[in-house]
This record gives sequence, structure tokens and C-alpha cells, in this order.
Amino acid sequence: MEYFLQQLINGITLGSIYGLIAIGYTMVYGIIGMINFAHGEIFMIGSFIALTTFVALALLGITFLPVVLLIMLIVAMGFTALWGWAVERVAYRPLRGSFRLAPLITAIGMSIFLQNFVQVTQGARVKPLPPQIQGGITLMQGEFVNVQLSYVQILIVVTTVVLMAGFTLLISRTSLGRAQRACEQDAKMASLLGVNVDRTISLTFVMGAGLASVAGLMFLLYYGVIDFYIGFLAGVKAFTAAVLGGIGSLPGAMLGGLAIGLIETFWSGYFSVEYKDVAAFSILAIVLIFMPSGLLGRPEVEKV
Amino acid sequence: MSAIDPTAVEARPEGAQLKNEELRETARGEPPFAPEPILESRLQRSLREAALTAAVVAGLTLFFFAFRTDIGIGGLDLILQWPLWFVWIAIAFAARFVLSYFVYVPGRKLSDIVKRDKTATSPGAATGARWLGRAVGVVMLLIAATFPFLIETLLPSQDRYLIDLAILILTYVMLGWGLNIVVGLAGLLDLGYVAFYAVGAYSFALLATNFDLGFWVCLPMAGLFAAGWGIVLGFPVLRLRGDYLAIVTLAFGEIIRVILINWGNITGGPNGVLGIPKPTLFGLDFGRGEGSFSDFFGIPYSSIHRFIFLYYIILLLALLTNFVTLRLRKLPIGRAWEALREDEIACRALGLNTTNVKLTAFATGAMFGGFAGSFFATRQGFISPESFTFIESAIILAIVVLGGLGSQLGVVFASVVMIGGIELLRHLTILQAVFGSDFDPTQYRMLIFGLAMVGIMVWKPRGLISSRSPSAIYKEKKVIGADLVAQGEGH
Repeated sequence: MEYFLQQLINGITLGSIYGLIAIGYTMVYGIIGMINFAHGEIFMIGSFIALTTFVALALLGITFLPVVLLIMLIVAMGFTALWGWAVERVAYRPLRGSFRLAPLITAIGMSIFLQNFVQVTQGARVKPLPPQIQGGITLMQGEFVNVQLSYVQILIVVTTVVLMAGFTLLISRTSLGRAQRACEQDAKMASLLGVNVDRTISLTFVMGAGLASVAGLMFLLYYGVIDFYIGFLAGVKAFTAAVLGGIGSLPGAMLGGLAIGLIETFWSGYFSVEYKDVAAFSILAIVLIFMPSGLLGRPEVEKV
Repeated sequence: MSAIDPTAVEARPEGAQLKNEELRETARGEPPFAPEPILESRLQRSLREAALTAAVVAGLTLFFFAFRTDIGIGGLDLILQWPLWFVWIAIAFAARFVLSYFVYVPGRKLSDIVKRDKTATSPGAATGARWLGRAVGVVMLLIAATFPFLIETLLPSQDRYLIDLAILILTYVMLGWGLNIVVGLAGLLDLGYVAFYAVGAYSFALLATNFDLGFWVCLPMAGLFAAGWGIVLGFPVLRLRGDYLAIVTLAFGEIIRVILINWGNITGGPNGVLGIPKPTLFGLDFGRGEGSFSDFFGIPYSSIHRFIFLYYIILLLALLTNFVTLRLRKLPIGRAWEALREDEIACRALGLNTTNVKLTAFATGAMFGGFAGSFFATRQGFISPESFTFIESAIILAIVVLGGLGSQLGVVFASVVMIGGIELLRHLTILQAVFGSDFDPTQYRMLIFGLAMVGIMVWKPRGLISSRSPSAIYKEKKVIGADLVAQGEGH
């Protein structure tokens, strides 16, 4: 029971991180119908920027943790959002209206480029960050294991919930969100009605990148180790989460993220750690084959 | 627009029409959508755009060029590299300025500059290009057929290295041609092609080490195994739409790799399989002593013989792939692949069983991947899951994309340039003098691959070197020629 609870807590934490990345996939898919394959790399860039900011702040002598975390968050979000914007501008916008595989191929190219760019400029070795937030709450004293809820986990889940709430408000209440939903339904009609479609799409990428950078920061805090390759696996798993939740649906992305996080944690907790990636990938294949519209998605109608 | 008072709408019942007329009358002097006069000169505009670009580049690269974290004593050290950062900002500024000033002239869209050559594809030009392509193909084939001897006579001191490099390039050519069937002809984006490469390599390695079978017996079996896996993996997922298919094939590629790593007692786990036998020429091996190649023909032993032999094996395998592809393209099944690539819905409407058509393309591509895999295993003598990562799939895909989807000759050029060219750059001492002694161009290979993939797709989505329109088209292209459909609208 204690073991189960502990795995549940770990799974929810991991799921929050996946969910935040998955939102970027699902929003971009909703609005322009493409898989932004480079989104995992954006997440990785976010965590690198956060790490560099941390080291720079330490050199400057700023060590008060809440301030450090806040600055890391703001800097990472800002600069990663710029990356998200640039990727869309360079690699996707010129291809609007091209044949279907074209943006997917550029997305793969972009992902390879970003991965190797970071490898070349920052080195291939893993970068450790000593744990910054230590301690936690012991929820339950078991015979063999205690159920621990660490402060990092609390921070991750709370941040995710706050961001999700803010984000849902943004989409449902503001004019930007309205424009975005309009573009999702019919970009041509939206542009006729005075919505700046290009700008809305750019902002979608910017928001997705911002959320991914928060996920990157939390990954850094939670695991304490990053390298240039983390974006690939996290990206594929977050994409699985988006598909599982129903691609195009925002609550679906969060739900899918939680589901993937829980499945992965329980799989490695009860079956085998080696095959945890296989579990995630198999779920992707199974969902796509038997349930292509996911848990909360709308079935897609193919038009000529 | 602004000339019409919004309050006029509320006044509609009492002569709103009249009021609107009046308003229109007063606004008649200036048309509402007068183009804004260009206030800034070309130089000003170029400078402004260049400054903006430089600012964006500065923001993007601040955390990657200016700062570098490295593991030092007691945690991470921060290395500051301001000069590098400033150099890149300056490069961005200069590049954008030149582009803005000389290329992007207002009123002339970029698409006009790029698409200028579109109109030149008249039937005459097409036949001319075909003849040129054929001539280049024959010349390249002659060079390829005599390559080891050319090397032996011209550069005998580096023969081993160069022939080994040629073998590597030909392996990629073969993989590229195999993947071209799937991506280029049938239009199915396969990101897990390396899985079939791995299946081929491991089938040969395991058959050879466990059952003592030779290369030539295992080669067809490896191909069949890979094709079988292609069918097994392809059958459930080929109903999916293009981009989903890509992700699922990627997932399969990773699953196979993870299984290879963890299924230790069969595959040897991360250690791989050792002691894979070398191929023989009708029972003659390439070692020393009794019954070897040199002994049988009475020539002195040289280790280069084995390299030359391997070179010809992969050349033959690659040519087989090419030949089969060229022939299949003329059969109904090949036509169906190309039709599927151009428009899947039309294919279904015309009664093609799209799942079967896709499955044949998938299995055929997988089979050649399997052949290449077993060649890889016999060449290396050792395989491990390390060789079959996603990066490998990405390299093969990049070669196909850069060469032009569906173009056979393009794949050859792309492999020679991307694999051979970058490998040769490593030995240019000039580069090391410029960039420092620890400069290694292979480090930048994937960087260039990624950039090139983006660039090619944005600039010429049907490939840099050549493009392949369907084999079966009307003599005169109608309005729905592939060039027009695929790049303009829809699918």
C-alpha cells in the first residue's frame, strides 16, 4: 500500500511535466494540424536556459532560493518562447499550404538541428544540478518504506495546476484565446473576419514553448541532471500523452500526461524499469490504432 | 473605413441611409485603402530589418554562445564567450542586410525569385533532363564499377581508408534507395527504418553465430525476416494518416532497439554479437594460407582483397535495389505507389486497396533494409544496439529528402556529399588551421543535416538535385500535374 501510494505520487509528478509539454503539441496540432516534432527540443532548450541562469545567478551572488527560482522561471520562459517563435517563423510558416509531409520533415530537421546545436555549443556531457529544494513531508510511516511527498513534488504539481488554470482562462476568456479557437475551427474564415492568423499561430507556438520551458525547469529541479538528448524521449512521451488525451483538446493533454506518467511509474515500479519506454511507445501505437481520437478528442473527418 | 461614424448605425430608422451617403460624400476625396507612402529608403529599411534579425539572433543564442556551463570543481562552472556571441550577431546582421538590400526588394516577393524556374519544365526540357540524368548515371556507374582499381593505381597509399569510405557511402546509398521506395515512391514517412536494418543485421548475426550458416545463405533470409517484420509492424498502423504513421514507426524503431538491449540471453544485450563471419567468394575466404582467395588464384596475399570484395558485394546489392525499384516503378504496383503519394483519397475512390499497396511498399523497403543490415553485420564483424539509434534513421531520411523524394540519382549525390564529403573534411588541414586543432567536422554533420533538411523543404520541397514526378503521366501535362498539385494546394 505504501509502495503504491509512493508510486502514485511519483507518477502524478512525472505526469504534470508530461502534461505541460503535451499542451504544446496539442495546441499546435489543433491550430495548424501538424506534429511539431521539435517541441521536445524546445523543452530541452528551456531546461538548459534555466540551468545556465542558475549558474549565472550563483556567480552573481544571488542565492535566496525563491528569487532564484522566480528569475529562472521568467528567463527560461522568455527566451524559450523566443526559440519557439523563431522555429515557427523559419521552419513552418513558409510551408503553409505545402504538401502534408513537408512540415513534418522540416520539423524533424529542426529537431535534429536543435539537438546538435545544443550539443555543439554546450557539450555532450550531462550537466548536474545539486538538489536545491530538499526535504519533504512524510505522509505515512510504513513497515519498510515511508511515503514521502517531497517539496519539489509539491512545487511541481502546484505550479502545473496554477499554470493550467491560468492557461484555461487565457483560452476561454481572452480575445487571444477566442482568436485561437477561431483559427482552430476555420483559419480561412477567421482571417476573413479580421483575425490575424499568422500572429495567432505564432503566439500559439510562443505559449507552447513557454509551458515547455516550465516543464524543462521542473525536470531540472526534479531529476537534477540534463543533457542535450532529454528532449527526444520526453517529446515522444508527451506526444503520446497528447494523442491519448485526444489531440487538439487541452484538458485531454493534461489528462493524457497524467495517464502516461502514472503508467510509466507503475510499469517501472511493478514490472520492469528496462521496458518502461516500450510501455509508453506501445500505448502510443495501441491508442492510435484502436482509438485514434483519444479520450477527449473529436473524431476527425477527412475532407477532400 | 474610419470615415463612417459607428454611431450612424444606431440612427438607422431616421434616414440612416441618407446620413451614410453624406458621410461617404465627405470621404470621397481620399480612397479608404490608399497604400501608405514608402517613407524610408531601401538602405533604411534594410538596416532596420538587419537590426531586428540581429536582435532576435542575439536573444536566441545568448544562452548558447555567450554562456557555456561546464563541469568544474565543486559544481558547474560558467564560461563566458562574448566574442563568439558578438561574431554571430554580426554575421546575422550582415547576412540579413545583404538579403534585404539586394534580394528582398519591395514589391518583389520571395516566392517569385524562388519559383522562377518552375515555368521551365516543358516536355522538351524534361526529356533533356532525363537524358542528362541517364548520362550522369552511366558515368557514375562506370566510376563505381572501377573504383577499387582507380584507387589502387592513383592513390595506393590510402587505398584501405578510401575503399572503406566508399563501402560506407554505398551502404547509405542502398539504405537510401530502400527508404526511397517507402518515402519517395509511396509517400509514407517512415522514421523507424533503422528497425529493419537492425532486424537484418541481427538475423544474420544470430543465424551465423548460432547455426553456423554463411553470409550468402543468410542474406535472403535476413531480407525475408525484415520484410516479415515490415508486414507485421505495418499491417496495424498503415491505416493511419501520414504524420501519425511517422510517429508510430519512430516508436517501433525505438521498441526494437530497447528489446535488443534488454533481451540479453538472445541478442547479447548492450554488448552485442561478436565474431560474425566474413563473406566468402564461392567458398574461398580472404585470409591467409590453404584454400584462401590468394592461394587459389596464386597471387600474393593482401588484406585489401577483402575490402575490394566487400565493396563489390555492397555495390551489387545497391544496384539490385536500384534495378528492382526502377522495374517496380513500371509495374502496376509501382504506379499505385506513386498515385498513393500524390492523392490517397483519389486512389481509394478509384478502387485501389490502399492498405495492401502501402503494405507492399513497406515490406519491399524493409527487405532492402534487411539486406543492407546483414551486409553491415558482416562488414563490421560485430554489432550492438548502439548502431541502430534514431539518429541512423534520421540520416537515411535526410539523404532521401536532400536527394529529392523519389529520385534515385539524388540519393547517390546526397550520400556522397553528406557522408563522404564531411568525412573528407576531417582531413583538410586548412580547416584545422582556421578553427583550431580540435576542430572535428563530423561533430557538425548532424547539425548540417538538420539545417539542410529544413532549408531544402522550405526552398525546394521536391528535392535539390532532382525531382520525381509520377512515371505514368499524360504526354502533355494537364493542369493537375504533380508539380502543381503537390506544392500548391491540398494534400
